[in-house]
Amino acid sequence: MLIPHPLLGLRDAQEFTYLGDASLMHRPDPAREDAVAAFADYVFLRDNPAGVHRELWFHEAGDRSWLVVTRDTTTHEILGAELASDVKLGGVQ
Amino acid sequence: MTFSGFKVVKEALTGHKGWRPLWRDPDPKPAYDIVIVGGGGHGLATAFYLAQTFGELKVAVLEKGWLGSGNIGRNTTIIRSNYLLPGNEPFYEFSMKLWENLEQATNFNSMVSQRGIINLIHTDGQRDAYRRRGNAMLLAGADARLLGRDELRQMVPFLNFDNPRFPIKGGLMQARAGTARHDGVVWGYARGADQRGVDIIQNCEVTGFRIEGGAVQGVETSRGYIGAKKVGVAVAGNSSRVMAMAGMRLPIESHALQAFVSEGLKPTIPGVITFGAGHFYVSQSDKGGLVFGGDIDGYNSYAQRGNLPVVEDVIEGGMALMPMIGRARLLRAWGGVMDMSMDGSPIIDRTGIDGLYFNGGWCYGGFKATPASGYAFAHLLATDRPHETATAYRFDRFARGYVIDEKGVGAQPNLH
Ligand SMILES: Cc1cc2nc3c(=O)[nH]c(=O)nc-3n(C[C@H](O)[C@H](O)[C@H](O)COP(=O)(O)OP(=O)(O)OC[C@H]3O[C@@H](n4cnc5c(N)ncnc54)[C@H](O)[C@@H]3O)c2cc1C
Repeated sequence: MLIPHPLLGLRDAQEFTYLGDASLMHRPDPAREDAVAAFADYVFLRDNPAGVHRELWFHEAGDRSWLVVTRDTTTHEILGAELASDVKLGGVQ
Repeated sequence: MTFSGFKVVKEALTGHKGWRPLWRDPDPKPAYDIVIVGGGGHGLATAFYLAQTFGELKVAVLEKGWLGSGNIGRNTTIIRSNYLLPGNEPFYEFSMKLWENLEQATNFNSMVSQRGIINLIHTDGQRDAYRRRGNAMLLAGADARLLGRDELRQMVPFLNFDNPRFPIKGGLMQARAGTARHDGVVWGYARGADQRGVDIIQNCEVTGFRIEGGAVQGVETSRGYIGAKKVGVAVAGNSSRVMAMAGMRLPIESHALQAFVSEGLKPTIPGVITFGAGHFYVSQSDKGGLVFGGDIDGYNSYAQRGNLPVVEDVIEGGMALMPMIGRARLLRAWGGVMDMSMDGSPIIDRTGIDGLYFNGGWCYGGFKATPASGYAFAHLLATDRPHETATAYRFDRFARGYVIDEKGVGAQPNLH
């Protein structure tokens, strides 16, 4: 699999390590009243869709940036990649 | 039709005209007491024990494809009970005992072969860890033996004992472990269930649940609505997809695991051998093929195939362990979709919906669990109480902090 890094172009997925669903960027507020339950969901539950999946990849053997990669889990086709910092700042999702 | 040596000889002498299909191909009835979703090993074993042990008569298994099309027909067939943690080891030892009597129970040759497994030791720290594991196994009534280097060398002389980076210093052996013929397990359970009245319905995909007042009423399928007092879901890699139709999110990610088989060779490998310094394991099938595998691919996948980097990684592990494998030609490689749970251990539990039960999260180790998983799931479905060896396999263990994490790596499925 080749990941289209927004700054570095197409990079071999082997240079990256995989974390999981991009929703992991959105940690619940620990001050919330239901924080314990919210953290249990955050840590353990996943949508795990068959189809388009937005997911976090870390460019460990590269520029050490975090990317949000959009990929089809039924075909492994990669549909796009953004810097996670851009996604977070933009408040997307 | 029962199988016996006499029957085999008789058929051989009379042109093999007396063999019949092993199970019926019934149309679905309007309703059943218990519907099992998923005709893999676990679904069929559940149906078998429901009928055989718990006397349930109106049971159906719904399978979207054909029997054996999922992971049960794709695995590397290793059976063992060499786990460490108290939530796991008694369950897997119970499974081992059921394996030992499987062929008598189903009257079918599933080629259960207790040829032993050896987990190799490469460092002193690893020897300590395996000694601890061996003791945990003995405490749960399993067998375990620590092998020294010289003894091991006599048993498996072809290993690379003097690899400068990963010298082999010994091994932990479970002699009762081994392999079974995966298809034979499917067929044995399917035939046994069918003989006891279970309807096995293939090409019947469950597309939704009918839930009223918090209780399940039945399932929508590609062959129409089927009513059920209880529904048990055992769909392995498709767990999240199916349970999403009941509005549930699971502590599970789906990942691809690959397997490899070489051309047929003369007998060389006595049992199952696992490399302790990388992820590689190998055994030899009765046809002579070396059957081997390694890590999952490591990213969410429903593709039933993996990519080349893992192929390279597995082969590197093989070359480091037993350089002679480089002379063998690879015949086939394939992948399956694993239901990787957040702590690497399975779930056999009720859900928040009355009458809906779940069995999944088997990761890459659910083949060995097939008999106990079926038995424990049947026990839960029939009695509404967990089987004594499966009491830890609850949904709420994650939120409560009682995870069963053999590797101690946390909620990161691609590391289990
Ligand atoms: C390459 C590989 C190697 C492995 N090696 C080992 C090993 O050495 N030892 C070991 O212990 N384990 C091993 N495993 C794991 C083991 O195979 C699985 O954990 C186990 O088979 C899963 O349970 P099952 O047999 O019920 O799954 P499956 O056979 O996958 O059964 C699930 C069934 O559900 C059906 N289904 C899905 N959705 C629906 C629906 N909506 N409606 C109706 N039916 C549906 C599927 O078609 C499928 O037939 C391996 C797996 C793989 C892929």
